[in-house]
Amino acid sequence: MNSRSYKSRLRELVRRREFGIFIIIVIVMVLVGLRNPIFFTGDNWKDMLMYASILAFISIGQMMTIVTGGIDLSVGSVVALSGMSVGIIMRDNPALPPVVLILLGTVFGLGCGIINGLLIGKGKVHPLITTLATMSIYRGLVVVVSRSRWVVYGDITKGFKLIARGNILGINNLMFAALIIAVVSYYFLNHTRKGREIYAYGDHQEAAKFVGINSTRINILVYALSGMLAGFGGVLWVSRVHTAQANTALGYEMQTIASCVIGGVSIFGGVGSVFGVLLGTLLFGIILNSLELIGIVDFWKLSVQGFIILVAVIFDAVLSHRVAEQMRKQRRVFDAE
Amino acid sequence: MEHLLTLERITKIFTGTLALSDVDFDLRQGEIHALVGENGAGKSTLIKIITGIYQPDGGQMTLEGRRVVFPDARASYDHGIAAIYQEASLFEDLSIAENIYMGHQEIRPVTRNIRWGALYRKAGEFIKSLEVNLNPRALVKSLSIAEKQLVEIIKALSADAKILIMDEPTASLTKEEIDYLFRIARKLREEGTGIIFISHRLEEVFDIADRVTVIRDGKKVGTVPKDKLKVEELVRMMVGKDLKTLYPKEEVEIGEPVLRIENLSRHGEFDKVSFELKKGEILGMAGLVGAGRTEVARTIFGVENPEGGRIFLEGKQVRIENPRQAMELGIAYLSESRGEYGLVLQLDITQNITIPILKRFSRFGWINRTDERDTAKRFYDLLDIRATGIQQKVGSLSGGNQQKVSLAKWLAANAKILILDEPTKGIDIATKAAVHKLMSDLAGEGKAILMISSEIPEIIGMSDRIIVMNEGRLVSEITRREATQEIVLTAALGEKGK
Ligand SMILES: Nc1ncnc2c1ncn2[C@@H]1O[C@H](COP(=O)(O)OP(=O)(O)OP(=O)(O)O)[C@@H](O)[C@H]1O
Ligand SMILES: [Mg+2]
Repeated sequence: MNSRSYKSRLRELVRRREFGIFIIIVIVMVLVGLRNPIFFTGDNWKDMLMYASILAFISIGQMMTIVTGGIDLSVGSVVALSGMSVGIIMRDNPALPPVVLILLGTVFGLGCGIINGLLIGKGKVHPLITTLATMSIYRGLVVVVSRSRWVVYGDITKGFKLIARGNILGINNLMFAALIIAVVSYYFLNHTRKGREIYAYGDHQEAAKFVGINSTRINILVYALSGMLAGFGGVLWVSRVHTAQANTALGYEMQTIASCVIGGVSIFGGVGSVFGVLLGTLLFGIILNSLELIGIVDFWKLSVQGFIILVAVIFDAVLSHRVAEQMRKQRRVFDAE
Repeated sequence: MEHLLTLERITKIFTGTLALSDVDFDLRQGEIHALVGENGAGKSTLIKIITGIYQPDGGQMTLEGRRVVFPDARASYDHGIAAIYQEASLFEDLSIAENIYMGHQEIRPVTRNIRWGALYRKAGEFIKSLEVNLNPRALVKSLSIAEKQLVEIIKALSADAKILIMDEPTASLTKEEIDYLFRIARKLREEGTGIIFISHRLEEVFDIADRVTVIRDGKKVGTVPKDKLKVEELVRMMVGKDLKTLYPKEEVEIGEPVLRIENLSRHGEFDKVSFELKKGEILGMAGLVGAGRTEVARTIFGVENPEGGRIFLEGKQVRIENPRQAMELGIAYLSESRGEYGLVLQLDITQNITIPILKRFSRFGWINRTDERDTAKRFYDLLDIRATGIQQKVGSLSGGNQQKVSLAKWLAANAKILILDEPTKGIDIATKAAVHKLMSDLAGEGKAILMISSEIPEIIGMSDRIIVMNEGRLVSEITRREATQEIVLTAALGEKGK
């Protein structure tokens, strides 16, 4: 490799969004680490990464809906509903192996997602309205199925706790799950026809019709996947925090959307990458964790989340303008006379 | 000759509109069959029924002797039908290669993953075989409008189809690319492909078609072999009456310069462009696609800002930083693409026409709806917009009628300086004559018009003076008297022409 192409590759890398996120992650880490040394302890990191792992794969599901030009506001409620249902089943049948519970939770989530997908794909109801409605409905169902009796620490079986705490190949289960889901999603979105159709559909819905992309199927697919991942996440969530309540994962949709937006997923559809979302989640997880460590009250945390989304969106607008300008300048160069 | 495709008694109803009524149509192997008719006649609807995007409400389709029903575009593609649609139908954030093969990418047998390497290689080879200079990895959003149109054409050609449908493929292209497209079409005809070709430019129809089918108001008027057809006759079939002249340009007195451009430059787009536009004048701007004409217009209108040079209005230097300032200074700009700075598809015709001039109808922030509607109605009638009424949503109009609405919008603005970028793109022949008449009248009232057009006959027929751009530079100025097709074209081609 000659040094010139090496240099231009380096420049290419620096220009990429992922690199920018990476730099910000480092800066935030240094700042927070200076304020509170606990930040750099292994326990804190493990805590944070376990939190970010669940957030990461649910955000990947969210990303797919956003890439189609839609949104899934119901993910937080699905996490709670799946977590609560599984928690109750476990309380009533402590002998059930954890694998069965994981499967059940995933199927519950899938069911919720398919309902969203049918309403949006077949019923042609706007995604925002649909998932805003099901967000409330699913949240309401949490209370209904629990009959207002939360799942508490004592209800959690030993085996169930191990789901979150155990390791595979020396990696914590939650992180392992996130990694596997990320790899599979990456493969699906970038290397299969269906995956590319998701991008095409989100890019230009009318043109998608012209190449025979079935909008109903695409919608059902992405909302089903998003629901399924949220359902799976619900089981892991309960295993991690050892309780399931009516307000479990309340406001979680905001966090998944924030992770996507920070990770470069365009809210207009058609653009987004799994890698970007992973970095976005990581940055967002670190920021959430930092807020806690610095001692910022919950009430402010919401404002900060909103602020981050705003910054990311504005950053995107500026960035895309600059890229367009650059393209123009490269297009044709006049030889000065 | 063998019948490839036969349509019988096709009917299509949209809420409130009978778009097609009992239309018969047939396509033979190795023929180019032109489909013509006024804006809103139902041409695009017929195309979309053939490709399975719309389902007919009546009638049947036979492909090579067998009844077929296409539930979606994939089904028609699988039966060997490829189409270029009138509206932009590319995925902007995807690469050229991906656009070409979307939906039928080559995949590995077991893992079913896309063979990306093969896809880019195949796309690159195919593009090269067409002697077009495009990078298959480039994102579509980085291309100019004409390049996008080329990609649409390449995409349709790559299908290697038995039936190729082209709905106004030439609308954003200049002579050179059109000739090129026609050469390919003729070659495909030789090989036995059946081609359906839609265009409002009758010289193109006479140039390339074997048979011509005319549709009017959703009904078929007739199918005629080209050899037995005269232009006047075809026009009568389309419009229902005779058309005197397509270019009713009148001599008017030309006054002082109102707009002067001095050494205007934008890096990578155009370089040191200088010209004057006078009161009462129609200044034609010719050039090949990509010569930088649209970019100059956008810069004058403040969509982009110049990186060098000056703009004078009536002798005074002005700075135009955004379109609003341009409008306040009395400049209007009809954009080349309807989507961009053009129309709001969700709003109705009235609202679209009056957006730039709402101030005129409002008092203390309240809009006088009657005045607003009257103005809209006037232009609706003047331009003969075909719709259920001024309250129809612009998104559901035919392509040509959308173009008329965006034209109406800028005409209603009553600006001193009108910059019209491809004003008659996609507009049918009768309305085209009406638009030309209107331009001539506006010039007579003392307006100054800068008209960008890729149609050389239109440039020659309507301009008092012609300036020609080539690769970002102004290369030539031609008076109305000396202008001929050859002179304008040679200037536009620049070095290549010599
Ligand atoms: N999706 C739609 N909903 C409602 N009406 C429609 C729709 N599409 C087309 N129409 C109506 O059907 C009629 C035929 O439209 P079509 O697009 O086929 O015309 P066209 O012959 O292609 O015209 P042009 O030359 O302007 O492209 C028009 O009156 C149009 O308003
Ligand atoms: Mg049409």
